[in-house]
Amino acid sequence: MVQIDGRAAGESLVRARGLGKTYQRGGEEIHVLQGLNLDVDAGEFIAFMGPSGSGKTTLLNLLGGLDVPSEGSVTVAGDEITRMSARKLTTWRARHVGFVFQMYNLIPVLTAFQNVELPLLLTGLSKAERRRHVETALTVVGLADRMRHYPRQLSGGQEQRVGIARAIVADPTFLLCDEPTGDLDRKSADEVLDLLGRLAGEHGKTILMVTHDPLAAERAHVVLHLEKGVLVDTVTAGRAR
Amino acid sequence: MKYGHLILTNLFRKKTRTALTAGSFAVALFLFGILAVVRGAFQQGVEVAGADRLVVVNRVSIIQPLPLAYRDRLARIPGVTQVTFANWFGGVYQDERNFFPQFAIDRETYRQMYPEFVIPDDQWQAFLGDKEGAVVGEALAERFKWKLGDRLPIKGTIFAGSWEFNVRAIYKGRRVQDDETQFWFRWDYLDERKQFRKGNVGWYTVRIDSPDSAVRVVKAIDELFANSPAETKTDTEKAFAASWVKQMGNIELLITTIGSVVFFTLLLVTGNTMAIAVRERTRELAVLKAVGFSDPFVLVLVIVETIVVAAVGGGVGLGLAKLFTLRGDPTGGLLPFFYLPASAIVSGLALALVVGLLAGILPAFSASRLRIVDALRRI
Repeated sequence: MVQIDGRAAGESLVRARGLGKTYQRGGEEIHVLQGLNLDVDAGEFIAFMGPSGSGKTTLLNLLGGLDVPSEGSVTVAGDEITRMSARKLTTWRARHVGFVFQMYNLIPVLTAFQNVELPLLLTGLSKAERRRHVETALTVVGLADRMRHYPRQLSGGQEQRVGIARAIVADPTFLLCDEPTGDLDRKSADEVLDLLGRLAGEHGKTILMVTHDPLAAERAHVVLHLEKGVLVDTVTAGRAR
Repeated sequence: MKYGHLILTNLFRKKTRTALTAGSFAVALFLFGILAVVRGAFQQGVEVAGADRLVVVNRVSIIQPLPLAYRDRLARIPGVTQVTFANWFGGVYQDERNFFPQFAIDRETYRQMYPEFVIPDDQWQAFLGDKEGAVVGEALAERFKWKLGDRLPIKGTIFAGSWEFNVRAIYKGRRVQDDETQFWFRWDYLDERKQFRKGNVGWYTVRIDSPDSAVRVVKAIDELFANSPAETKTDTEKAFAASWVKQMGNIELLITTIGSVVFFTLLLVTGNTMAIAVRERTRELAVLKAVGFSDPFVLVLVIVETIVVAAVGGGVGLGLAKLFTLRGDPTGGLLPFFYLPASAIVSGLALALVVGLLAGILPAFSASRLRIVDALRRI
């Protein structure tokens, strides 16, 4: 269940209260997010839509602990991340968040296997265990036969699927996807959206996705609209449900 | 070593740049090695000087002689246990470029005074039995392909005329830094043939009972010959060797200045290269931080990359310098002690690592302080 009125009963997986972010630009204050409330339960697949500059990516950054809010709080699985030190937040991100970026952001000099392995280097897993996890993640995204390939040897869709494998390999609490299909053609975008749909439907992953693409948003359980830093309404989407 | 491939792959992403940066370290450390060798060559006399030996020269100048009669008077001074003498010859073998030091020595005492030069007994006996005999250092013999029994013509410059010598012995140094390029022959042969200053020697070397007696014996010697026609100036062998080095200018300062300029330039060049490398990888470093790598990890990653380049480049440079020195003195005898000691190699490597650390620290610091959201936004 997703709520944006701040009156959710019980414990949600992701909870934002009075969340605000203000930037200073040339002596002028720009309020990117204002008093935003959000409750997301585990297993939800949420799409955030809105015009450019509406604060979608900023919201994602705040929920993922990549940025700190000017006001308000974010609590994930009971941990208030807005009170954490930078060091603790780094550790928390490694354990709880999987990021999927629009530009894939794979390390070009590492193979698909090595890119996916990166988050596991921070764990105490043995080499054999890491290998098993990486192979599983790449199998889930359908790229088990591309492990030794470098990003330059993969198509855009394949690169994004490697990015998704990297995001899920450490089994994080939730995935944050910033325009995951924004740089892909329709066919590749559909493959990536199918994959995200399966992760939410079959594997019960909680996914928060920013998108401009209505077809992408349609795959989510719920579509939230942002305008000028405020969540204005929710739409229950159809296909993924 | 689970992060090893991260470091290596980053180093090999721009192979030319990495090779050039490592090459800069190699060139700088090669130069460092050669400067250390030159410094060592000049300091060699100081380093090998015997702590219990004093050198007595004419107070006016080393080129002024001292009477042979001083030998017995020196031997009677309390604390003096041994006396020998020698004379600079300064002849030319075939060509003026074939320089090597030639000494007319006292055959009775010189060998005992310098036990660091090892001479087989039978060869020494052959030298004693031949007035035209000569003892040559092993390196000198190798340089001119001399062997025992060879007859060597040397043209006198200070002591005019053609001189001929028979190689009767070849000495070796006990330590690697002992000079094996000297040529000795009998002083009695020189004194017999020379036309002037007969009965005079170039300088005396005396051994004292203990290095602690040095100050007292130095004073006693110079007081003994004060107000005589040939006053003396006595020094420890170390101080005497150091004064020779000093006469050639402040080699130490020259070498330090050249080395400092080279390493400062290297620091700037490497620092700039690493800053560019980090800037190119801004987005990747941000991704690493986003997935959970800490700021200190990123700091160490960049520093280790620089240090690896410094260590590899520095190692190659020092290795080449060592190889270069193995070929021996390239100056034809001016730097007989042409050797790169292990201590200089260790110092060079340490210096390379420090430069690597300093060059990497600023870019590494800026990488570690990257704000993820800003870095991800950059194209």
